[in-house]
Formats: sequence, C-alpha cells, structure tokens
Amino acid sequence: MTSAAVSLPAEGPPAKSLPDELRPRTKRSPLGGRLRHFKRSITPYLFLSPFLLTFLAFVVYPLLYAANLSTTRTKIIGGTSFVGIDNYLRALSDDYFWTGVKNVVSFGALQVPVMLGVALLAALLLDSGIIRRPTVFRLGFFLPFAVPSVVAALIWGYLYGQAFGPVAQISTFFNISPPLFLSPDSIIPVLANISTWQYAGYNMVIMYAALKSIPTELYEAARVDGATGIDIARHIKIPMIAPAIMLTLIFSIIGTLQLFNEPNVMRQVAPDAIGPNFTPNLYVYNLAFQNQQFDYSAAIAFTLATVTVALVAVILVINTWRTRRSA
Amino acid sequence: MTAIAGSRRRRRPPTKGGVFAHSIMIFGLLYFLTPLLWLVIASTKTNGGLFNSFGFWFAQPFNLMQNIGDVFSRDNGAFVLWLRNTAIYACVSALLATLIATMAGYAFAVYDFRGRNSLFAIVIGSVFVPASVLAVPLFFMMSKAGFSNTLVAIILPALVNPFGVYLMRVYADKAVPRELIDAARVDGASEFRIFAQVAFRLLAPGFVTVLLLAFVGAWNNYFLPLLLLSKTETFPVTVGLAYWNSLATQPGNVQVLYAIVVTGSLLAIIPVMIAFLIVQRYWEGGLTVGGVKE
Repeated sequence: MTSAAVSLPAEGPPAKSLPDELRPRTKRSPLGGRLRHFKRSITPYLFLSPFLLTFLAFVVYPLLYAANLSTTRTKIIGGTSFVGIDNYLRALSDDYFWTGVKNVVSFGALQVPVMLGVALLAALLLDSGIIRRPTVFRLGFFLPFAVPSVVAALIWGYLYGQAFGPVAQISTFFNISPPLFLSPDSIIPVLANISTWQYAGYNMVIMYAALKSIPTELYEAARVDGATGIDIARHIKIPMIAPAIMLTLIFSIIGTLQLFNEPNVMRQVAPDAIGPNFTPNLYVYNLAFQNQQFDYSAAIAFTLATVTVALVAVILVINTWRTRRSA
Repeated sequence: MTAIAGSRRRRRPPTKGGVFAHSIMIFGLLYFLTPLLWLVIASTKTNGGLFNSFGFWFAQPFNLMQNIGDVFSRDNGAFVLWLRNTAIYACVSALLATLIATMAGYAFAVYDFRGRNSLFAIVIGSVFVPASVLAVPLFFMMSKAGFSNTLVAIILPALVNPFGVYLMRVYADKAVPRELIDAARVDGASEFRIFAQVAFRLLAPGFVTVLLLAFVGAWNNYFLPLLLLSKTETFPVTVGLAYWNSLATQPGNVQVLYAIVVTGSLLAIIPVMIAFLIVQRYWEGGLTVGGVKE
C-alpha cells in the first residue's frame, strides 16, 4: 500500500481528499507506521500486565495447585499418590461437610433477606427526601462496615454473653434466668445478626448510589399522575435499581457460603454451639491447618466453590426468567 | 445541589408518614451505634468493673488511660507491632492493588483488543473462588519463596482485586470520553501519558472508592493472615486481638485480659473510622455507576 502512495503523480489532488491509506507518506517511514501500530496494539496488554501477572501468580497458579492437590493422597507411610476423584467422592458423602453447608444455607436464608431488606428500606427512605439530616443516618448505618469482623464478633460475643452481657445483667437484676443466646439452638440467628449489623449499611450505600443515578424526571411525571411515594418506590425505584440489588444479592450469597471469621472468633465463647465443622470454611481450615489433611481440604474447598457457583446460577436463572415474564 | 435539596426538605412540615419514617431510621441508628457505644463505655472500665457494673453506664474508677497503657505494654508491646503490621499491610496493599486495578479497568474500558471479553469474564468469575481454596497453596508458595511469617506473604495475594477491576472498568466506561482520548492522541500524547495525565483525573472518584474498599478489606482481613502467619510478632491487629481473646476466654484463666481485649478492639477500629470520615465525601460517587451497570 505504501508503494501505491509513492507512485502517485506529484501534481495530483491535495492529500486531504485522498483516502488515508493512499496519502503520501514522505515524512513517516513505513517501519515507523508499523511500529506505531504495534505499540498501539500491545498498549492494552501493557496496562493489564501488572494485574494479569499478579492474577496468574496468586489466583490461577494456586487454583491449579489446589486442583492437583485435591487429586492426591498423602500418607505418612507410602508418600503421595494420585487418587483421581476419590477425595471428591469422600467429600460428597462427608456428613461433617454437609452439616456445615446446611448451617450456612440456613444462616443465609435468614440473614440475606433481612439484611438486604433493611438496606433497601433505608436506601429508599434516604432517597425519598423526607428524612432530615440524611448524612447522619447514612454514615451511622455505614459505620459498622469499618469494624473488622473479628472486633464485631468480639463485641457481640460480649453483648450476648453470660459474663457481662447487658441482657444477662438485666435478667439477673430482675431475678430472671438470662437467655442463652450462645446455645446451639440460637447461634445461627446470633451470627445472622452480627453479619446484618456489619454489612446492611454497605449494601444500603450501593443501593442508595444506584437510586441517586435515576433521572428525577421519572418521579415528577409519576407524581403529576397522583402516585404516592410508596407507589414510586415500588413501581419505579425498585425496578430501576434491580441490577444493583442483584449485585448485592450475589455478593451476599458468596459471602454467606464462605462464612468464617465471626464463627471462628465466636467459637471461643460458644464452643458447644460452634464445632470445628460449623461452616465449610471452618472445616477446610481445621482439616488443613489442624489435621494436616491438605489434599482432602482442597477437595472440600473446591466442592464448596461448586456449590457457590450452582447457587448463584440458580439465582441468575430465576432472575432472567422473572424479568422475561414481567417484560 | 445537595444543599438545595436539604433546605427544601427542612421546610416541609412533618407528616404522619414522615414521623413514621424517622422512627424507623432512628431505631436503625440506635441498632447500628449501640454496640460501638458499649465498646467505648467498656473501654473505660477495669476488668472487675466490666463484671460488676451495668454495661451501658460508666463505673468508677475511670480506667481508660490505664487500659490503653496496659494494651500497649502487654506482651512487650505486641499491640504496637500489630498495629504497625496492619498499617503497612493495609496501606501498601490497598494502594498497589488499586493502582493495578485502575490500570486494568481502564484498559478493559478504553481499548478494543483480542480476548477482552473472555479475559474480563475470567476476572469476574474469580470472585467465586473461596479464599479457602487458595489458602493452602499460598501457604506452600510463600514458605517456598522464603516469605513465611513476613508481611510480604499477606501483601502479595492482596494485590489482586477483581471487584476493583470491575468497578474501575464500569467507572471508566462512563467517566472517560473516547473523544478526549482521541484528541490527546492527535496532540501526540503517548498512551501512558493519556492515562496518567488525562484519564486518571477523571477516574479519581472511582479510584478513591476502590482504594477505600481495599484499605478496609485489608485492615479487617483475618482469614488469610491467620493461615499464613504463625509468629505473634508478624500478626496484624485482627489476628492479634483474636489471639488475646482466646487467652482471655480459656477456662481457668485469670480474666484480667478482658479489659485489654475490649480496649484493644476500640483502638483497632479508630484509624479505619477516621479514614472513612475523611474520604466519605469523595468515594460514594464511585459506586454510583458500579451499582447501575448489570
């Protein structure tokens, strides 16, 4: 194409009217052009390279490592051998693991709707404009997100506890036997409350940010038609921020299945209620770092990841089915 | 704009619905702040005071200063080391992770390149990987590389922030006009200069959002440090506090540690709270677009 440009008659029309590739290239050498093009095409990869390198090193490689580990078995006598899917078959029939899955699912069934409901209600009220000093409420609700889950579990552990928990203190004052919050029957609601306390404000902020980006003309029109604030919330705002709600739902489900910090800290004050396999991640941790069963713990962790993906997939399928039906 | 909306709100007379809405919000505020209030009050008590006085009121003697002194001197000043470890870990990993995520998100948003969509799908898919899958391999990798019981062992994995990449891509999509980039190219600016001097300024609210989330995530992280670090002097403050708590609650232990754990908890959350209040004005804007995009 450059040779065509060179062979153009010198007295030809002004270069401007020529298509780009036919313009004479007197100043720029053909090599320079190609170098420029090459530079342009590798630029995105250069920008991506720090991320991709760390991603390969600290996500992809460990993932492959764990996958490999999960197909082996190490015995004190006899060393490491390849066992195929044996560890997975063992995981599928491991009651300790499924007890943990059952616990986090019942935790999530209670906690996720309550937390997202609180978050949505607060976000809608803040956005409605009827609340005075909205910043105070927004910051106050959001503040627990800044508290490490370890500290949150410590605080609530003391608040719920028998030693110097306020509820226990009040009960003792009135000569009533204090409620045993940290017993096996009530530990799931207790943990659900701690997580709700920590993350409701965070989810509220995500929903509130989404609400703020809805053009207000939509409400004005509805208001002219006589719609109340509740009508607007139900029929305009919530459908408009459905993607943001979906995002918070998916992240909540992932977080639920990986529950670890709070129960691991609470184990100290509620050893009867929280066993070493209370959640799948607690089980993985105890298998790997207490019992040195690294290979089997890897298989358990992968099975947990599969359960997570399956649950989120179900949610997404329900969601598309629902939106298609309503459309 | 917010000022105008605020003043308009204040002039409105209180309605039945308004009173109800405010009661809900005040109840919520009490729920979210009461445990923190309890923590502040409890930090002013002696260990005996925690047991003998009502949790939501102060007791004599006022022991806050003594408690703080005890926290810092316990185990030869371990708490100072923990705070320092957490500060280094949170600052270094948050800054680097956010920079890395911003460059990646920008590249995904602005350039059309082979493998863009599949690569992005892989990045997003990685949020499904439980930390427990990566923990054991990371543990072996770090000890092989000689990083056992160093801060490097927990900083390196924290550099990968897929959610940050997602947020920055969505943000850059909206915030950086293509025409501006083309104009800068015509002016002869290099691609890197365009990013650093033209786009970065526009990406600032998104950057601050991801930075804050990464900072809080690292400051509060417990799982990975717990698994990767075994020497008390390398602990971040979360792992350290949980360790002290486990000593305090051991049966038959002298319960002198409770006041220290409570006061240490308060000291550990103050820096994050301050970070929040400082940047709260800037960062929510970054989530606006992040929440809307499917």
